[in-house]
Amino acid sequence: MSDVAVEAQDLRRSFGDNEAVAGVDLAVREGEVYGFLGPNGAGKSTTVRMLCTLLSMTGGRASVAGFDVASQADDVRLRIGVALQDAALDPKQTGRELLRLQARLYGLHRDEVDTRVDELIGMIDIGDALDDRVGTYSGGMKRRLDLAAALVHNPEVLFLDEPTTGLDPVSRNRVWEEVRELNTEHGVTIFLTTQYLEEADALADRVGIIVKGEIAAEGTPAELKRRIGTDVIVVRVDGDVQAADRAVREVEGVSSTDVHDDEITIAVDDGAALVSKVAVALDGDGVAVRDLTLRSPSLDDVFLELTGGRFRADDEPTGEEDAR
Amino acid sequence: MTATTAPPQVPTSRVHARRAGFARDLLTVAGRAVRSIPREPESVIPALIVPLFFFVVNTGSLSDLTNSVEAPGFDYKAFQLPVAIVFAVTGISRASTLVTDIQDGYFDRLTITPVRRPALLLGLMVADFVLVVALTIPVIALGFLVGVRFETGLLGIIVFILLAAAWGLVFTGFPYAIALKTGNPAAVNSSFLLFFPFAFLTTSFVPEPYLSGWLATVADYNPVTYLLAALRSLTMEGWEWQTLGKGLLAVGVVGVVSFTLAMLAFRGRTRSGA
Repeated sequence: MSDVAVEAQDLRRSFGDNEAVAGVDLAVREGEVYGFLGPNGAGKSTTVRMLCTLLSMTGGRASVAGFDVASQADDVRLRIGVALQDAALDPKQTGRELLRLQARLYGLHRDEVDTRVDELIGMIDIGDALDDRVGTYSGGMKRRLDLAAALVHNPEVLFLDEPTTGLDPVSRNRVWEEVRELNTEHGVTIFLTTQYLEEADALADRVGIIVKGEIAAEGTPAELKRRIGTDVIVVRVDGDVQAADRAVREVEGVSSTDVHDDEITIAVDDGAALVSKVAVALDGDGVAVRDLTLRSPSLDDVFLELTGGRFRADDEPTGEEDAR
Repeated sequence: MTATTAPPQVPTSRVHARRAGFARDLLTVAGRAVRSIPREPESVIPALIVPLFFFVVNTGSLSDLTNSVEAPGFDYKAFQLPVAIVFAVTGISRASTLVTDIQDGYFDRLTITPVRRPALLLGLMVADFVLVVALTIPVIALGFLVGVRFETGLLGIIVFILLAAAWGLVFTGFPYAIALKTGNPAAVNSSFLLFFPFAFLTTSFVPEPYLSGWLATVADYNPVTYLLAALRSLTMEGWEWQTLGKGLLAVGVVGVVSFTLAMLAFRGRTRSGA
């Protein structure tokens, strides 16, 4: 038990008739980076809010750092750090005041507060702005301050709810480096939600894909990709995509295809051998091919296979925000 | 050395979290709330203008009239000073800040810490109390300027301020209850409507015997009537223990109701996280 940092069994949460989280099972080991991947409204944030004691569950049970989330919430709170979606900060305080306040609420003694705040200032690198009001900060600065606030007390388990949503690539890379260093240098277990496949792929040891409140697939990024096959051939055509799909299916060695808009995705075991056959078949059928690529499978392909829909980070929200 | 950005250094000192204890939590939360007061002067200045305005207008327009009907020498300014104080302290709260915190998610950030839950609300009330005491001072100063004197002396002034501030404090329970229940800034702003029946359906303009039929009845049930009587006794009469006791009791009854509502709303928000 002690080596499991986050555990959930049949975790559920309903808002009225809407079951946002519909029976999630999790076991995140100590020292692991776990990526919780899904589109908006899939139940990611609701799950995180339950695990970090902000939201009561309507079914199942969960424990974090060895303590029950429902009955030992205080013990859980001492051991977790949380950076919520959209950097939850107070615009009227300065960055320094905010960190000091956070440190005091975690019971740090006066000298510890000073030392710790100085250390964190080095990490977030926002210079003199630390004594400016948070309201004047850029999105990236806010996110880094938020992360620092979550780390004030050296948590064992860090929850990051969409830590890079809305950030520019430079800021995103920075957050990624910080996450990696926290995990590798300091052994912090990290539970990370994201709607970016790339992010889960880059950071997570294991990934759980949540769709409509349930975990649809779980494994290392490599394992998940292996479900698809070794290679992926993607064909984009002008004209009748269904006819092109029929032509591709007749190629020997092609077992299944996915059609989405003008794009046909073909998961195969030996792409190099098949790509020319596919090209020949399409040409023989008179299909106008705009684009033909051979690549390794991505988590995007996994998601496509699981849900039948292309993964999009900008899916319409489904009311999860309103319901909480 | 290359020109690439240095990787972020995650700090290493091994501090660890522990419960800070209720008193420290309370001070921490109150400290933040007090710091925020001068940063939003727009929320304080109207609270000061309204009582000064009413004090000047009421005494200016009604002094001579009451002087002639009540009794020669009746000090209408001393009679009005408690009204100005009640106007100054009623409805002052950090409730709109609390709603902003809830909307920004900062309230969530605070509730994820091991802070003692009630400190999150009581800390704001401590700041309200500090602010309310501060607001009574310019009003009393104006009173002195126009010649109001306290029969009970310096100690009476202190009791006067504390009693008024206690009223201001218990009244905050209503906007906090609304803030926590709704999380809606418009609902919190409309809570100032509560101020009107409390502040006007009472002896704010004339002494009790001059209130007409229905208003006299309503005023009998309005706790502010007893609060004003207690405050006035300190300026105009001297140590009237029974009047003071009734005033204190009235404040206490309102406090029981308003704090119960606020704590229920607070528990609703922090327990279910709805």
